[in-house]
Formats: sequence, structure tokens, C-alpha cells
Amino acid sequence: MKFRSLIFANLFRKKVRLTLTIGSFAIALVLFTFLAVVNSAFSRGIDIAGADRLVIVNRIGLIQTMPISYDDQVRAIPGVKFVTHDHWFGGVYQEEKNFFPQFVIDVENHRKVYPEFIVPDDQWNTFVKDQQGAIAGATTAKRFGWKVGDRIPIKNSLYGPTKTWEFNLDGIYHTAKADGDQGQFWLQWKNFDENVPAVVKSTAGWYILKLDSPDDAVRVAKTIDAKFANSSYETKTETESAFAAGFAKQFGNIEFLILTIGSVVFFTLLLVTGNTMAISVRERTGELAVLKAIGVTDGTILFLVLAESTVIALFGGLLGLLLAWVAIPVISAAVTGLLPPLLLSKTMLSLGLVFAVFVGVVSGLLPGISAMRMRVVNALRRV
Amino acid sequence: MIRVDGQGSGKSLIQVRGLTKTYRRGGEEIQVLQRLNLDVDKGDFVGFMGPSGSGKTTLLNLLGGLDVPSQGSITVDGDEITHMSGSKLTQWRARHVGFIFQMYNLIPVLTAFQNVELPLLLTKLSKAERRKHVETALNVVGLTNRMNHYPRQLSGGQEQRVTIARAIVSDPTFLLCDEPTGDLDRKSADEIMALIEELVANHGKTVLMVTHDAVVAARAHTTLHLDKGVLVEASKLEQGVVAGGVA
Repeated sequence: MKFRSLIFANLFRKKVRLTLTIGSFAIALVLFTFLAVVNSAFSRGIDIAGADRLVIVNRIGLIQTMPISYDDQVRAIPGVKFVTHDHWFGGVYQEEKNFFPQFVIDVENHRKVYPEFIVPDDQWNTFVKDQQGAIAGATTAKRFGWKVGDRIPIKNSLYGPTKTWEFNLDGIYHTAKADGDQGQFWLQWKNFDENVPAVVKSTAGWYILKLDSPDDAVRVAKTIDAKFANSSYETKTETESAFAAGFAKQFGNIEFLILTIGSVVFFTLLLVTGNTMAISVRERTGELAVLKAIGVTDGTILFLVLAESTVIALFGGLLGLLLAWVAIPVISAAVTGLLPPLLLSKTMLSLGLVFAVFVGVVSGLLPGISAMRMRVVNALRRV
Repeated sequence: MIRVDGQGSGKSLIQVRGLTKTYRRGGEEIQVLQRLNLDVDKGDFVGFMGPSGSGKTTLLNLLGGLDVPSQGSITVDGDEITHMSGSKLTQWRARHVGFIFQMYNLIPVLTAFQNVELPLLLTKLSKAERRKHVETALNVVGLTNRMNHYPRQLSGGQEQRVTIARAIVSDPTFLLCDEPTGDLDRKSADEIMALIEELVANHGKTVLMVTHDAVVAARAHTTLHLDKGVLVEASKLEQGVVAGGVA
């Protein structure tokens, strides 16, 4: 590119201003990337939800249970391939801050419904035979330094007086995808059912069913809810993605919040870079007039301004993404248990870069167009 | 041969016919140039003088295709520029006009070499060819040894030499100089004028120059006075004869 030396020479003309602009851009982009990562973390459950899975919850709310007898009744509905059920355990390992989700699972059907959770067969078979057994996700096991064979004490006060439940860690599961949820802790429903008060016995927190075909989803959901209508335990059946979205919304309207803050960040970036370019162009009115006088076309003038703003945005963007890449794993580790794992994917990095370039181009447009439209005679008169 | 009576042979390099420029300022119409005629041949060196506000710079801007006249025509080397579109005019300027400004107007963040190279970036010349042209231009102005200096590292006279090198590097049809010595001391001004004379004498350049300085103007082949929008040859001014019939 013939004008490269002019673009870079102009760029480094005011080094302090350039540094401050790039710094502002980088910090804003770190914030923007962090928000995008949080949003992605909350919607990850929705993204990975199986299209052929339905979730049945008590119509009153998620914390209300349903009879275990629903299992067979649901299984009998045409189009239902497998049924399994979960229960929220809600215990505390050592102290409150060590939060991780603990599910009481149905060992017979869990793997059939959730093939994406991978447990080595020998570990699974040990778990099935061991009523006090447990399986932990790789992330949680790593977090607490657990290994297979460890004894895990978990204090629980949700079901009767506070007591410590002891579990044998029989296995560790992974997920097929790297960004899958590897933070859960599973224990056996049989063990749970024997040790909870009568009021909780023979109940399930929610049911998950796998369908023969996603096309059956609406029909099966309607059939289930109609079947249990007007009973003591009315149901609400929805697709797994709708369930995950509803679950995420319990934390507030994350998407709206992130969109709002993201928009503010976006416009701040536009203003910061646009302002820098506007000042820079105003300072160089005479020089731009000379360039036009010697035959530089309006299009090239616009290109020079846009190239400059884009390079600023690109530098700021790269710095911001680098900072985000370093900071997000640290933040993720610090908020483990409070938020889902925060992962900065390559796609997000690429999108961040595209976003930076977009902001660069847009912020340079107005000053660029004004430079392009500048009348040489008037501009030279001001020199 | 320079004429201001509109009776040129039609073969002149620059032909100006009935050139009028009118500005509107606060509802009032100001006629800066009035039906002005001018013929300049290749290799001529014309000096324009006149009081402030007489329209010297306006005339230069019109001749350089930086502004458009209200009426009349300007033909340069057979091209009538007065009806060219903005983009065509830009391309025409790049090919035909070399500008030399009073305040030099160099790009401060570029070296002398890079400043001189600027007009060549608009051509299809290779990097090696551009270098050759730039070195030749800097050699003509005697600044080969300063090619890597930034404008702030040069004296006023040297800066103006770089401007001249930039103006001649693409071998334009003619040079327009707006007060080329206006910001220089007498010695530097003399050197710059000697350089411009050399460009005319040895390189066959056509130069149109605006100046306030009678000493500088005297070095041109012909000095034209611009007053109240009309051009008068210096020699005829003394006799009270004004071109265009306006006394």
C-alpha cells in the first residue's frame, strides 16, 4: 500500500493521545468481551440443549416435586424413548463458597438421556453398584483436587435436620465438547430416597425425556400436561432449551442487561475513536488540503482517515482481547460456583476483532466524509 | 508571448477567456475577476502583482483547478478545465499542475524524500522509479543530502526547495507559485527565485507566480497587475492603458 508511511506517520503524530485512545478502546473492549462471555455462559445451557429432549416440572415451580410414579406413566406415551429424573440436592462441601450443583440422578436411565456426559464404563459400573457412590464433573474434581476413591462429605439441611452425607467418588465425567458443563456432582436416587424425610420420599424434582423424534415434542408435551391436569401435581412440559432459558432468567434478564451495557460500551467506543479522529482531521486541515491540491482524490482522503481510525481500533482491539484472554480465566476461577464457567472461545475472539474493526470504520466515517467534502480553497486560506 | 487582450494565436499553453469570478458575501455580490483574458505560452514566466484582495490568489486557484469560475473558460494544453467534474479536475491537477505555496505546506511527519514522493504515489510508477524521480527532483533543488530530514530540521529556504521539488517531481505542465518567497528572508528569497528562473530557463517550465514583492516580480518575463478584477501589463500600466478596455 503506497500510503502506508503516511498513515502510520499520522497515527504516531500525537503519541500520548494515541496511547490514551488505544487504552480506552482496549479497556472498553475488555468490558464488552467480558459481558459477551457472561452472556454466553448463561446461554450455554440453551445452546447445548438437545432438540429431542423435554423437561417436565411441577406447574407450581421448580422447587415443587412430583411423584416418582409419573415415570412409568410418561414412559408409556407414544413417542417417548427414554425417561429419567433428577432431584436438587443442594448440599455444602466444607463451606458455602464451595458451591457446585449436586443432582440426585436415576442411574438406570441417566446415560441414555444424556449421552454427552462421558463416564468410563468401569467407573460407571462401580457407581451403579455403590449406593453411596458419586460421580463428579472433571472441573469440580480438579477444583477440589478430588480423585476416584476419595470420600466426599457434603452437609445438607434441605431434607430434615442438618446432617453430613458421605459419598465415595466412583468416577469422573467429561463432556464431548470442551465448553460443556463439567461442574456437576451426581449421587444415586436410591440412596437419597432412603435417607430423606417421608414427605420427600418417592418424588422427583423434574423429569427429562428423550423423544423418538423432535417432531413429536409439541404433541408429547401437550399429552403429558393434559394427563396430569387437575391432579395434585400438575405439570409443565417444555423443551430443554426453553427450560434452560427459563432457568437462566431466574438470575435476571441477563441478555437485556448485557445488551444495554454493551450498547453503552459500543457508543462510548464510537465517541472516543470518533472524537480522536475528528480532532486529528481538524488539526490537519491544511495538510489534507495540500494533498487534495496535488491530486489526491476524495476517495483516497476518505480511505486515509478510515485506515487511521481502523488501525487505532485494531490496536485497541488486539490489546483489549489480549487483556480479556488473560483476565477472564482469572475472573472465572474467582467466581466459580457463583457463575457458570466463563470461557473465551476463539469464535468470541474473532468476533471481538471484527467488532473492533467495525467500530474503527464507523467512527472514522464522519471525520472522513468531512475531510472528503472540504473545499481546498477554503482550507488553504486557513493555513 | 504573454497577452491579456484576448487576441492570442489560439496556440498558447494557457488560454483564459472572459474569466469572471463572483462571490456572495452577506447578500452582497462581489466581483473579484471581471471578464479577464490571458494567454501564456510554454516556457513563459509570469508574475502577478496587485494589492491585497485584488484577486491574485483567486486567479491562481482558478488556473490551478482548485476553484471554478462564475463565467468564462480556461484551456490548458488543449483541455478546457472549466467544465470538468470534481474528480476529473483532481486527476487533471495531479497531471498538469505543480503548486508552490507561501507557507511551504509540507507534511511535517514525512521526510523531505517522502514529501516529494507524494505526487508520485498517485501514479503507476514502481517504487524504484519513484525513488529515481524523487532523487532527481531533490538534486535539481540541491537537497539530495537532506532527503531524510523532516521539515522541522530544515530552514525556511530549504523547506521551500522541498516544496519546489514536490511541485516538479511529476513533471507538470506548469507551476503555480503563491507568494513563494513571502515567508523568507532576502537571501533565501533570492536563492528560491534563482531556482525558479533555472527551472524556466534550463528545464522549460512554465511558471505563474503571485507576489507582493516588486523585486521578486521583476524577475519574471512579464509582470501583470491585477486591480479591481482586471489584468494590466506593467509596461502599459504606466501609460494608463488597461486590458479589457476598463480604465
